[in-house]
Amino acid sequence: MQKYSVFSLVKNAFTNHENWEVAWKDPEPKKEYDVIIVGGGGHGLATAYYLAKEHGITNVAILEKGWIGGGNVGRNTTILRSNYMFDSNAHFYEFGMKLWETLSQELNYNVMYSPRGIINLAHSDAQMNAYARRGNSMRLNGIDAILLGRDDLKKMIPFADFSETCRFPIHGGLMQPRGGTARHDAVAWGYARQADSMGVDIIQNCEVTGFDVNNGKIEGVQTSRGNIKTKKVGLCVAGSTTLLADMLNMRLPIEAHVLQACVSEPVKPLLHNVVTFGAGHFYCSQSDKGEMVMGGDLDGYNSYAQRGNMPMIQHVLTGGLAVFPNFSRLKMLRTWGGIMDMSMDGSPIIDKTHIEGVYLNCGWCYGGFKATPSSGFVFAHTIAQDQVHELNSDFNLERFHTGKIIDEKGVGPKPWIG
Amino acid sequence: MLEIKCPYCGKRSQNEFSYGGDATIKRPQLGEEISTEDWDNFVYYRDNPRGKHSELWHHVSGCRQWFKVSRDTATHEIFDTCKMNEDFNV
Repeated sequence: MQKYSVFSLVKNAFTNHENWEVAWKDPEPKKEYDVIIVGGGGHGLATAYYLAKEHGITNVAILEKGWIGGGNVGRNTTILRSNYMFDSNAHFYEFGMKLWETLSQELNYNVMYSPRGIINLAHSDAQMNAYARRGNSMRLNGIDAILLGRDDLKKMIPFADFSETCRFPIHGGLMQPRGGTARHDAVAWGYARQADSMGVDIIQNCEVTGFDVNNGKIEGVQTSRGNIKTKKVGLCVAGSTTLLADMLNMRLPIEAHVLQACVSEPVKPLLHNVVTFGAGHFYCSQSDKGEMVMGGDLDGYNSYAQRGNMPMIQHVLTGGLAVFPNFSRLKMLRTWGGIMDMSMDGSPIIDKTHIEGVYLNCGWCYGGFKATPSSGFVFAHTIAQDQVHELNSDFNLERFHTGKIIDEKGVGPKPWIG
Repeated sequence: MLEIKCPYCGKRSQNEFSYGGDATIKRPQLGEEISTEDWDNFVYYRDNPRGKHSELWHHVSGCRQWFKVSRDTATHEIFDTCKMNEDFNV
């Protein structure tokens, strides 16, 4: 594989950039693979990469219905963080943060990791206490956290509404300085390029239409490009998980919901951090191009449509203008939606299933992008070793029967409320 | 914007309603032997089809009645709505 560097850039400049190698091939599916990953998004591509790199399993195919990176890895708001309170989440996401920090070097692909800090705003003394507690929990787990006061925030986001009579006056906030953003497309492409170079077949426009299961064991998958034999299948299809689970007669504690995001026209540098205004159901960061990248709540009813509806955009931006009134004159550039696989406790499921050789990676709710490296890492381990990694041992399916759920938000099994 | 026909008030904009999820879930019968699995299924497991979905809506900024809606989760087409004790016609 051609190494990307300033020297290769200069060298290719002399030939008008016409001789770059393709970043990944476009192979025909083989008759049989050791492992098939369904879903060529961030998690699927990362899983294939770590299968090859950490476990030496390279006879792997990624089957993607559309094109790689066309689902949620290309539709999120690119935020990275590990500001969780519960141990299961904190350990898993902090492991991921460490992978993010060196990902560009590891993949030889600039994922534009930007540790600009993520700030959660607080609006009451009680919320400040809750954030102090969460910050302390994070620090005990080795995660960076700073409690910010009102005066700190006045320096960091001076254009926010700091009036004392507004509905949600800013008392302070909790900040994770190492949190930030990364360029989402580059993450998918970087993993794809490295996985391909180690022998993984990335097969696009290949829809899985059924599974061959015999005596409780997986034997192959049926696709729009023919039947393929395999002994192991990993499902990384986010919002479409139920559609595949139905083919395997699996009922899952998951609902599909649409989540929207939007960007404004680009403006000069203004907002230097990621800021979440939970009370107003709004969060925002400024992209490197200068656009304000904004998001908020689910539309609020089951949906498989990768597009949203205006009432929620209006609701989210109303909240946004309450905290950043000067955004009112920004023009909207575009809005879009993606399908979230909302689990019933808000935490993911990375586990084996009742069918031997079928592995499940789903339930990412709104938080799948930041988990891309850690999810791929532990899912590859789960598939290769046929047993869960200690970091995903709590993210099992069994918890919905044992009661050991990981309900970080505490909203209960009603995803549209959270 | 969805336009939802409340069985009591007629067509209203989506803004007047809130959502209540899968309408096919039945709470286990009280006073009978209930297995843990039945409880788990009631609390955590839902229908999640891509297509026709029976769901509950609440006319929260209107008559405050709960009712059932049959809607397509991919196109958002609403096929029918009915009262809680009725069945869909379509």
